[in-house]
Amino acid sequence: MAEGLTWNVYDANTMTQVEVYGEVLARLGAEHENIVGLSADLAKSTKIGVFADRFPGRFFNAGIAEQNMFGMAAGLAKAGLMPFVSTMAVFTTMRAAEQVRTDICYQNLDVKIIATHGGISFGQAGTTHHCTEDIAIMRAMANMTVIVPADGIECANAVRACISRPGPVYIRIGRGFEPNCYTSGDYGFEIGKAVEMNPGTDLTLVCCGITVLQAMEAAKMLKEADGTSVRVINMHTIKPLDADIIRKAIVETRRIITFEDHNVYGGLGSAVAEVVAESGRACAFARVGIPDCYSLVGYPEDLYCHYGLDADGIMAKVREVLGKDFEQDESWEDGF
Amino acid sequence: MPLTGQEINELKGRAKQLRRDIVDITFWAGGAHTGGALSMVEIMVLLYYKYLNIDPKNPQKPDRDRLILSKGHAGVGFAPLLARRGYFDFELLKDFNKFKSPFGMHLDGTKVTGVDVSTGSLGHGLSMAVGLALGARVKGESWRTYCVLGDGECNEGSVWEAAMAASHYGATNLITFVDRNRFMVDGPTEKVMGLEPFTDKWRSFGFVVKEVDGHSYAALSAAIEEAQGETGAPVVIMANTVKGKGVPFMENDVRWHYGGLDSDRLAESKQLIDRADIG
Ligand SMILES: Cc1ncc(C[n+]2csc(CCOP(=O)(O)OP(=O)(O)O)c2C)c(N)n1
Repeated sequence: MAEGLTWNVYDANTMTQVEVYGEVLARLGAEHENIVGLSADLAKSTKIGVFADRFPGRFFNAGIAEQNMFGMAAGLAKAGLMPFVSTMAVFTTMRAAEQVRTDICYQNLDVKIIATHGGISFGQAGTTHHCTEDIAIMRAMANMTVIVPADGIECANAVRACISRPGPVYIRIGRGFEPNCYTSGDYGFEIGKAVEMNPGTDLTLVCCGITVLQAMEAAKMLKEADGTSVRVINMHTIKPLDADIIRKAIVETRRIITFEDHNVYGGLGSAVAEVVAESGRACAFARVGIPDCYSLVGYPEDLYCHYGLDADGIMAKVREVLGKDFEQDESWEDGF
Repeated sequence: MPLTGQEINELKGRAKQLRRDIVDITFWAGGAHTGGALSMVEIMVLLYYKYLNIDPKNPQKPDRDRLILSKGHAGVGFAPLLARRGYFDFELLKDFNKFKSPFGMHLDGTKVTGVDVSTGSLGHGLSMAVGLALGARVKGESWRTYCVLGDGECNEGSVWEAAMAASHYGATNLITFVDRNRFMVDGPTEKVMGLEPFTDKWRSFGFVVKEVDGHSYAALSAAIEEAQGETGAPVVIMANTVKGKGVPFMENDVRWHYGGLDSDRLAESKQLIDRADIG
């Protein structure tokens, strides 16, 4: 069977990201008998329930007990199985953080985590269900691979790919109603290898998750309105980060902005900033995300607009950064 | 003192209003945790209209009783109760869940007057309640702390860590309720993660257990008054309830853990609520 999607794009377009995940996992379950599933009273909403219905003997609902669930997953992995664990991102990366780190990452176990409701995608639920810290937390755990798929199609690719990647993998998805930015799964998805979604020479947008599609739209509008050539990179793997594509962007576009549904501290923006700083080259750089606060309440679209994570917000930020006289400003005498 | 007939009638009226408010907000908000909000109505109405020492005009009064709704997803049943009790304007709830509203599904104590503690992540409330209760004791103050837990919530180990601490420190100024509606998200509690023998568990953690019909004011009131007089150990009131209580098509139907209503279903729900005699 081909990598990634195993059904036609029409299906993927009519399914939400989590539904795609549920379906892919259920199919993988048929191919790999060592896959087991776990959830914590959220089997239905995370869609790992599709797997549970198909393989009831290989699924464990831990009840509302996330710490125990991740400990159980570690035990199952030690017994030679490959657990896929699904609950909301906030309960995965904070409630059960130490189980994930000490039981799973420290022992480098083959546990695959699909965390839903990442970022502020469950906007109405408020801070207890938002998760704008997870990328930072997961990135800091040694052995962990961190993936933020841009849409359902990429999510399918990531779920399939994580099976052959040894060790723990964290896949962060949204609430599941996000529109697709890919029209086909055959674009050569590879963990750790970012995808250039749009070519450009004036500035590079580095995005992950829901911001990828918005950046693609912004790039199109900027081309039409301003004649600006904006490169868009889908950095679906935050760890290991594709540093080459960033170094290339520094040299070729000299300006980089990151966009993510995450606190500006610690996530994609920080990961990219590390590469920029260590490159030793001058590069105009800005990060956009949730500005170190607990997000307002509201429907996600309203919130993304408020925090400048939609196409309009991205356009405005691009114009701001391009408007700054960066390349001429090479005299360092002005101090700060 | 047993409740008078008049008191019970008044409470029934308040409960009816609260149930109507819950389905209204479910409609306005485009969906809510309706089932678990409806199951706790009698507990919450009785506490807010009879037992809690509170003053909505002076919401921060230092000697007020504290209430932690540990099953924070039932905010759709808590916010209208606070509004009707006089903490803020009920009209604000028309924006429940909407952009910039102070009211999200899980109430934020930093934004909503009358909410002592922000909840929504299950299994946190009882620990904070133990802290409040011990705090009152350290300060030599006589206010009480009440905590309302979901039954599914009691899967969380932290609930039992808190229970252990409450009895270890003899927190008798803490009164805990379990809204025992027998359902969680993925199904019936006993199917997803069995809790039984549930009252035995609480007893073995050092609690005095009062098991009552959670929709009966008489039974709840007797249990609360006994709990207030208890000096030997913390009390948990195991309130047997029905998830979705008052709207028959929601009752004991797991799909109503979180549901939405269109205008026809809303009207139907209100008629059913008006017809029901609960309490
Ligand atoms: C730590 C945590 N895990 C998961 C959830 C998601 N969740 C919200 S409500 C709920 C079920 C709660 O069941 P119960 O405590 O029985 O409440 P009730 O049936 O009274 O609504 C779950 C799993 C959560 N809010 N917090």
